[in-house]
Amino acid sequence: MAAASIPARVRVYPVHAILSAYPLAFFTGALIADITYANTAQMQWANFAIWLITGGLMFGVLAAIAGIVDAIMNKGAPNRRPWPHSIGVLLMMICALINAFIHSRDAWTSVVPAGLTLSVIVTLLALATSWMGYSLESRQEVR
Amino acid sequence: MLSSFKSAPLISALGLSILSLSACGSGGGGPAADQLGPNPKLPSQNQYLIPPMHVASPESWGNRVPKVADGLKVTAFATDLKNARSLYVLPNGDVLVAEPKAPSEPIARPKDIIVGVVQSFGHSSVKGADQITLLRDTDGDGKADIRTVLITKLTSPFGMALVGSDLYVANTDAIIRYPYVTGQTKIAARGTVLTELPSGPINHHWTKSLTASPDGTKLYVGIGSNSNITEAGMEAEKDRARIWEVDRLTGAHRDYATGLRNPNGLTFNPADGALWTVVNERDELGPDLVPDYMTSVRPGGFYGWPWSYWGRNVDPRVMPRRPDKVATAIMPDYSLSSHVAPLGMAFYDGQNMPVYKGGAFVGEHGSWNRGNLNGYKVVWVPFAGSKPNGKARDIVTGFIAPDGKALGRPVGLAVDKAGALLIADDLGNVVWRVSAR
Repeated sequence: MAAASIPARVRVYPVHAILSAYPLAFFTGALIADITYANTAQMQWANFAIWLITGGLMFGVLAAIAGIVDAIMNKGAPNRRPWPHSIGVLLMMICALINAFIHSRDAWTSVVPAGLTLSVIVTLLALATSWMGYSLESRQEVR
Repeated sequence: MLSSFKSAPLISALGLSILSLSACGSGGGGPAADQLGPNPKLPSQNQYLIPPMHVASPESWGNRVPKVADGLKVTAFATDLKNARSLYVLPNGDVLVAEPKAPSEPIARPKDIIVGVVQSFGHSSVKGADQITLLRDTDGDGKADIRTVLITKLTSPFGMALVGSDLYVANTDAIIRYPYVTGQTKIAARGTVLTELPSGPINHHWTKSLTASPDGTKLYVGIGSNSNITEAGMEAEKDRARIWEVDRLTGAHRDYATGLRNPNGLTFNPADGALWTVVNERDELGPDLVPDYMTSVRPGGFYGWPWSYWGRNVDPRVMPRRPDKVATAIMPDYSLSSHVAPLGMAFYDGQNMPVYKGGAFVGEHGSWNRGNLNGYKVVWVPFAGSKPNGKARDIVTGFIAPDGKALGRPVGLAVDKAGALLIADDLGNVVWRVSAR
């Protein structure tokens, strides 16, 4: 019964997975930079954080595009449940964008308290969406 | 079908959030007149998600000229200059124009790229020449008819001062002394470094305003901060945001006053010999914060930057906090209102326009950090004795055309030998001359 709905040949490329590694690592790195800035008030740490957030946003957009392409290619596959992942990613990207603007303020208030708080939220969302995303991919592969 | 439905909300939600972010950044700002004088109204701080930004895009003057107050007329003393920033009048009436090339600042974060693009909309496409041009009006018709390049190969020059036969030029990185004979139109001699000045590699506020004490023994040089509000790090602010007193013979310096974010237009009040400056205050706390000001400079005085503004109003962006410094911050004398960007100041002691005698003209380059433009004009502040007395009045306006385009932006001011007011316009690259009708 299930076999009937599976396409003749499912092709999964790891592009989405590779690109998705960057927001996870960059947003986590930004959080670490923020914590270090909050402890030292050395501006260079805040500079690291905003570059990491910007990089996370850019790779997030690329990853999203690759993810959408994957979704099209695997449209008919069973047990996909992509929505929790997609909504989580959307939330993460919106929070990261706001965080980029906060981090573009000058000096202390570019990080403490709003920037640091958002970095925590974005990092948690990056972990959660990565968990869901990688699980989704393995479900697509194991058929 | 499913996937196109999936991508649409992602993109539109991102788009919407960007739009709504810019919407909450539309801080226009209240009437500037509310903030003129010694006790400006200070609203509460507002650190927008996207700070309000409005830079008037440039347009050529064509046949148009600025508007002047009743009883005055304006002519173009010289045109086609290369980033005309500051002016100095020599004893024989010759006018010097500093035409600096603005140094470039390293990119520390993504914002620097965006801010650079936004601010470039308001600047002339004509690049500076790192030279000083000499202008002479031999027939007294209010237009320069002799024009030579006095000194070349400078390094972002701004301030100029003549003491006896020594002409001092404040490059962004050093005060240089040149031998000068009255009437000379070209200086070929290599200058001598009197003292180096704090400059690169960041060099955010790079204009070094210069003036000599009335007795000629000391020079005073304005050194602007290296950032808006310490975002380049505290270490970058060593020896910045202050006025140095430099001994003219030895080049030795001491801090004359500190906590002045970007002091320009250094000049002595002829009435009492006090040093005055106009100061560009910090950005990104809202359209009506922080007021730019003019003030007499108290020797040893601390004026707040970066820890506080207008006396003891603490700026939360500066870490570590310094309540001990804030407690000593002096209140400036006179607010010119927020974001007007005063860069030139000249006391009027001439005979040509007696109404303005005793007061001070201020050249306001104009705002970028508020929705409603502010500045872009030359005002006159009445004085009673040695203190400002009354609201600043618009004397030269019309730098913004009715369609909102910027035709010019005033910077340095000087009073020529005949008592006319000269204005350096670094957008139109014109020197305007304002005199009695």
